[in-house]
Amino acid sequence: MALSGSFLLIFLLQHLIINLLSVVSPDAFNDTSHFMGTNPLIQFFMQPLLIFGVVIHLIMGMIIEQKNRKARPINYAFNNAKANSSWMSRNMIISGIMIMLFLGLHFYDFWIPEIKTKFIDGDLSGKLNGEDSYRYFTELQHKFGSPVRLGVYCLAFIFLALHLLHGFQSSFQSVGLKNRKYAPTIQKLGNIYAVVIPLGFIFIAIFHFINSSH
Amino acid sequence: MSKLDSKIPEGPLKDKWTNYKNNINLVNPANKRNIDVIVIGTGLAGGSAAATLAELGYNVKAFCYQDSPRRAHSIAAQGGINAAKNYQGDGDSTHRLFYDTIKGGDYRSREANVYRLAEVSTNIIDQCVAQGVPFARDYGGLLDNRSFGGVLVSRTFYAKGQTGQQLLLGAYSAMNRQIAKGKIQMYNRHEMLDVVVVDGKARGIIARDLVTGEIERHSAHAVVLGTGGYGNVFFLSTNAMGSNVTAAWKAHKKGAFFANPCYTQIHPTCIPVHGTQQSKLTLMSESLRNDGRIWVPGKLEDAKAIRKGTLKATDIKEEDRDYYLERRYPSFGNLVPRDVASRAAKERCDAGFGVVANGTNEGVFLDFASAIQRYGKEEALIKGISNASQKELTALGEKVIETKYGNLFDMYKQITDQNPYKTPMRIYPAVHYTMGGLWVDYNLMTNVEGMYAIGEANFSDHGANRLGASALMQGLADGYFVLPYTIGDYLADDIRTGKISTDSPEFEEAEKKAKGEIDRLINNKGTKTVDYFHKKLGLIMWNKVGMARTAKGLKEAISEIAILRDEFYKDVRVPGEADELNQELEKAGRVADFLELGELFARDALEREESCGGHFREEFKTEDGEALRRDAEFTHVSAWEYTGNPSEAVLHKENLEFENVELKTRSYK
Amino acid sequence: MSAAKTLNLTLKVWRQKNGNAKGKLENYPLNDISPDSSFLEMLDILNNGLIEKGESPVSFDHDCREGICGSCSLYINGEPHGPARLVTTCQLHMRSFKDGETIYIEPFRAKAFPVVKDLIVDRSAFDRIQHAGGYISVNTSGNTQDANSIPIEKENADEAFYSAACIGCGACVAACKNASASLFVSAKVSQYALLPQGQVEAKDRVLNMVKQAEKEGFGPCSNTGACEVECPKGISIENIARMNREFLSASISK
Repeated sequence: MALSGSFLLIFLLQHLIINLLSVVSPDAFNDTSHFMGTNPLIQFFMQPLLIFGVVIHLIMGMIIEQKNRKARPINYAFNNAKANSSWMSRNMIISGIMIMLFLGLHFYDFWIPEIKTKFIDGDLSGKLNGEDSYRYFTELQHKFGSPVRLGVYCLAFIFLALHLLHGFQSSFQSVGLKNRKYAPTIQKLGNIYAVVIPLGFIFIAIFHFINSSH
Repeated sequence: MSKLDSKIPEGPLKDKWTNYKNNINLVNPANKRNIDVIVIGTGLAGGSAAATLAELGYNVKAFCYQDSPRRAHSIAAQGGINAAKNYQGDGDSTHRLFYDTIKGGDYRSREANVYRLAEVSTNIIDQCVAQGVPFARDYGGLLDNRSFGGVLVSRTFYAKGQTGQQLLLGAYSAMNRQIAKGKIQMYNRHEMLDVVVVDGKARGIIARDLVTGEIERHSAHAVVLGTGGYGNVFFLSTNAMGSNVTAAWKAHKKGAFFANPCYTQIHPTCIPVHGTQQSKLTLMSESLRNDGRIWVPGKLEDAKAIRKGTLKATDIKEEDRDYYLERRYPSFGNLVPRDVASRAAKERCDAGFGVVANGTNEGVFLDFASAIQRYGKEEALIKGISNASQKELTALGEKVIETKYGNLFDMYKQITDQNPYKTPMRIYPAVHYTMGGLWVDYNLMTNVEGMYAIGEANFSDHGANRLGASALMQGLADGYFVLPYTIGDYLADDIRTGKISTDSPEFEEAEKKAKGEIDRLINNKGTKTVDYFHKKLGLIMWNKVGMARTAKGLKEAISEIAILRDEFYKDVRVPGEADELNQELEKAGRVADFLELGELFARDALEREESCGGHFREEFKTEDGEALRRDAEFTHVSAWEYTGNPSEAVLHKENLEFENVELKTRSYK
Repeated sequence: MSAAKTLNLTLKVWRQKNGNAKGKLENYPLNDISPDSSFLEMLDILNNGLIEKGESPVSFDHDCREGICGSCSLYINGEPHGPARLVTTCQLHMRSFKDGETIYIEPFRAKAFPVVKDLIVDRSAFDRIQHAGGYISVNTSGNTQDANSIPIEKENADEAFYSAACIGCGACVAACKNASASLFVSAKVSQYALLPQGQVEAKDRVLNMVKQAEKEGFGPCSNTGACEVECPKGISIENIARMNREFLSASISK
């Protein structure tokens, strides 16, 4: 759980950095996107690995949830869990499922069209219908024109933040890297990470929404 | 008198144990596999004995009434464990520990047993450290020591205020290792209801499974009782709620003599009683007396005002305080032995100087203000803070006190809702430990063959008063280092006996009797709860058989207890059934035994016409109120034989011979 | 000691005749309780009243009543050992409650802690975890090496003590949404891992104890930290991190 989680943590950071390029420079974003989309190492090794990581994280989450439910067959009539633990820590399965649902939309938005263009239509050029420039930035901006999609994305990022608020430091604890000396630092880093990464994505989404509507 | 043979080995005191060990019979490892031993109780004595016997190869069956052996009441011992390691180089030695214990026990214990205890004390510490017991250490990584009441050296090893817990977890871990190997069969939530004697030898027990209510027979070649003390005869004590005399009392009724039942330790530093619904008393470790100063107001009107709540302790000026221990015992001061400190508190409170409004004024102050200032100054020096303000000094001092006694202070605050850093604690003596118990010889065997008593359950090592941090020492000494040798000497004759059958008429009869007693209680259908009787018994014991006893009061107690016992059997109500988990039934059985023991207890106190250790008779005191021992008449162990009624028990005397110490009047002045 | 006014309460107590029976919450009004009474003394008063009325008293585990034996359990108003911190139920005093309050009293809930009767649960799973490795293999010979022959850094000795302070009450399991025993197991693993005496068997110990805990039906740890908050002895979840570390390295090398 922790290992797949940590792997996904790194991926998220990488994803955000590339997306941020779309705000700074559409050209740089296009170049990077094309590189990522056509480099065989990334396409045929990193991408499956990533999908595998997500699936493992999902399956393990489900297994753990199942075991946890079995570990307490009868629940308390009155439970005051908020007195001893955070909502985030107790509801990773909920935030996790919300993120999964979002991933479905996200795949539908980007990944499936991308795979279709590249491997079904066989267009590996990355160019927009015969034009000279890359298509990635335009497509991105186009997608975020929809206020509904923007809303869904923002909501998903809030769940991501909740998931990360617990998940970041939890992964360190699980692999035994947390001790009294480093715990406060890890906690702080985790909080920063959990807020900054989703905020970054939200910022990008809003940025493109505003720009695409003009 | 002839009935009691203490079997003390010949030879000079310091060689007795070694010679003994060199000359006993041993059982070869193959034969040990054919021998079963039952151990009742899993505290320090029972737990360590069960583990060690199993290591040696015997088949051990261990029983405890708790849901896990780890919960036995040894766990609550706070302060520490003594050992003559002399790590501090302050002049300690086996002989000095022996001498302190004999003197502390007011010359009423057996020399040879006590010397052996002092001798093996050092092994205990080695053993516990090897087991991973986390004793306190100094910055050099070596073991730390503190000092305790009644001695002039620092020989007490400790693990914060939880020494008993850590030692018990050590013994429990040793048991776990043997349970995992199948060498110990553990019976949790089981209570022994009788011991079965076949042909004059203890051959098994009758036990009740406390969950199902089933009555079970268990046989063995020897039965070891490590069942603790009987302080709960007072209802209110520092013992656990479940601590009881049943096992020892049933053994007594099967022929084992009960020795010195009247020797009870009333611990001076407990939290005073607050009301009639109180269920138990809480001890504040004796180690607090290292830094706390005990006092009461010097003026009666101040004491009254404190009780009324119109005056605060901190308002009383230094010159108006009576630090009565420092006044009466200048050389030991606040560190006098427990019995002395307790009686001194009672004396002040009886005279009207008590500071707690609980009807009987029972309470004195234990004050840390001067220690806080002293440590504050030390810390300021260490930290190089010159011209620290009063407030800073207090803060620094409180920090030191917190590291030393933090958990005790927290506990006090939790119970009383008062902050002991800012206002003195209120304390009062409470029943804590019973030095009396089943009579045993040098082998720790009772006068019933094959029945052993170890730890607090026996009488042998503490005389009339136990020194602080010696109970843990004795429990572990008996269990780890003494019993495993002595029991082998006895079991060597049993290698050809084979399994003991549980179908004998003796088992049959014992089971029938146990069931009969349970049915009697269940079917009684009276009107009053078990607690009602237990509380009444406790009050009789506390008022008439407590810290100061008179012939008149004791006689009254004997007849009152007998009447109460009759009333109990007429009117007690035990709800529920026999064949289910029934905590009221458990309590009822225990209280029934206390109601018999209480009478013998008072009888013993009446018979002992002297004051010694925890036993104080008003008729026998010096002009300035100190205990007056009568060595010519009473240098003996009083061992009582059961004859069908506690008040008709027959007294046997074992004379105590002191060849290595001179009997002196204990003086801590 | 403080002469505050008394409390009138409504108790909702879990009643269950035995392990196989179905249980339910029963209502019991209880009046005139002194705020200086301990929680268990309050239950004593309830029980004596029930016995006098001819009803069956509430069974609950308790023994030392000074917070060290670990017998008392009770899930009080949604938390193990009630709302106060760093105390066991027996050290909880009625001054922690308000006049007129309704108090829920339930047994610790976990598959590995089946209810025996009313509020009593069977915690022998903890014992079995200890049998799996909660010890150092040393015989009682009387000639083990001198206690001072291995100096132990004070910091480690103190840490080992804090881990060893666990009283085995099971509050960690009760509080954990996963009914995980990680805090309990890790406390024992840590005590020995921090001491040189414990090193020899460290790898087998952590592997066996963790395996046994899983076998008993305790859930996996998801680091909610509830155990640490509710632990009456303040055992830190740093122990869990240490156990995870030990477990990983033992898994790799064994």
